[in-house]
Amino acid sequence: MLYDLLLAPFADYGFMRRALIGALALALSGGPLGVFLILRRMSLAGDALSHAILPGAAVGYLVAGLSRPAMTLGGLAAGLLGALASGAAARFSTLREDASLAAFYLVSLALGVTLVSLKGSNVDLLHVLFGSALALDDGALYLLAGVASLTLVALSVFYRALVVDTLDPTYLRRASALGEFMPFLFLGLVVINLVAGFQALGTLMAVGLIMLPAAAARLWTCDLAKMLAIAAGVGGVSAYVGLLFSYHSGAPTGPAIILSAGGAYFFSLLFGAPGGVARGLARKRSSHD
Amino acid sequence: MKARVAPPIILEKVTLGYDGSVALRQVCGEIPTGDMLALVGPNGGGKSTLLKALAGLLAPMAGRISRGGLEPGDVAYLPQATEIDRSFPIRVRDFVALGALRRCGLFARFAGEDARVASAIAAVGLAGCETRTLDALSGGQMQRALFARLVVEDRDVILLDEPFGAIDAATTNDLLDLVARWRAEGRTIVAALHEFDIVRRAFPRALLLAGRALAWGETAETLSAQNLDAARAIAAQDTERRADAL
Repeated sequence: MLYDLLLAPFADYGFMRRALIGALALALSGGPLGVFLILRRMSLAGDALSHAILPGAAVGYLVAGLSRPAMTLGGLAAGLLGALASGAAARFSTLREDASLAAFYLVSLALGVTLVSLKGSNVDLLHVLFGSALALDDGALYLLAGVASLTLVALSVFYRALVVDTLDPTYLRRASALGEFMPFLFLGLVVINLVAGFQALGTLMAVGLIMLPAAAARLWTCDLAKMLAIAAGVGGVSAYVGLLFSYHSGAPTGPAIILSAGGAYFFSLLFGAPGGVARGLARKRSSHD
Repeated sequence: MKARVAPPIILEKVTLGYDGSVALRQVCGEIPTGDMLALVGPNGGGKSTLLKALAGLLAPMAGRISRGGLEPGDVAYLPQATEIDRSFPIRVRDFVALGALRRCGLFARFAGEDARVASAIAAVGLAGCETRTLDALSGGQMQRALFARLVVEDRDVILLDEPFGAIDAATTNDLLDLVARWRAEGRTIVAALHEFDIVRRAFPRALLLAGRALAWGETAETLSAQNLDAARAIAAQDTERRADAL
């Protein structure tokens, strides 16, 4: 019974195993990236970049149809361009970075949807926006696994630089010539994860598996190393639970995974310690006494 | 203890500003080795701007700053406390250890720095707070942690931007003691300050800035009533001009 509920879907169906592996890979690298996005107060930047990918993927789609390499390359180009452009706009204009990101992302979403609609059907549009976790082929899995590995290696190698760049960027710039490049390296990692995640979960959902586990992890600990591990763990569990939920209920896969991550986030928000609401209320009450 | 050998810092007609508008005009002078100099003057007079330029964070619009071969990164710089994101989850010990960043680089372990970090934390009176995170510190304790990071950095030239702003008297006195020790070790110290009593008490020399250098010398002379009046007059004119421009 329990076996039927929890394991059989993966034992019986190859596409479920593939979906699980793909989503786990994305969760493993995405969660830690999300933690840094939150700590850098760039929670919305991830969202914006996920939309920036869309027009690029759409151009790939216009040129070559639903071909993964074309859409991946297009998405990658557009994402990196978006990251650079918003960084430059923030630097050289009076707009704050979040404002320029919001502008880019609204335009990108409209442009992407328009481009896909030029040629495709609504089915294709849904595919691009919400992904197809249950149809991951070998190429998509290699891409997801490769991106996850690369991200984890980069995060370990540049860990200290990323920490200082988030905490006290001026100090990093003064201590090392590498400092200038850290924001770009970081945004680059976010973009490749979004592009890879877009295969599995679609542009709109990929960012969810990056941000939600990270937001949940932030509420459970004040130790960065633990936070990164918890984020990856929460993402992995969400992927598993979401796939099961989707299998048994027939709900679409991408949204089901994001909904489980959302559940983990709301649970943490209410009951997390030291960051959750329950703790906050308790603290407030005891300080009134 | 090894002798400090920081070269003097020489300013040649240095003009500074942001986005094309001048904040500080034509400053000339020399900050000799082992000097303890206070930058004073009205808000917007250019104190922080000059410190940023000395730290290499701001390139002069005109003129030249010579540090006698020291790279900007070889100079320790304490930013205003507000520039650091204290919600970042990092413990006091790890934060202070970052003072070794330039020595150890971005990738190597902070090997052999443990003793230095521990003694720096003790020197600023934060012993017992090593495992607290930054957001659990009071304003004064945060300032102590920043000073501990400077101790670990161990530089011959130390720049301090409003080091005693908005902290309690006990912390101010402890940190002033530390600065006095640095001076005794022969380090060059330049600090932007707005507390005249601290400047008179602890800083032998002062530079009065109000859009330009009004006076530079012994603290008592620099802070003469006449000079301060002149600085106030310039600041008032400035405010008026800005109001007119609006």
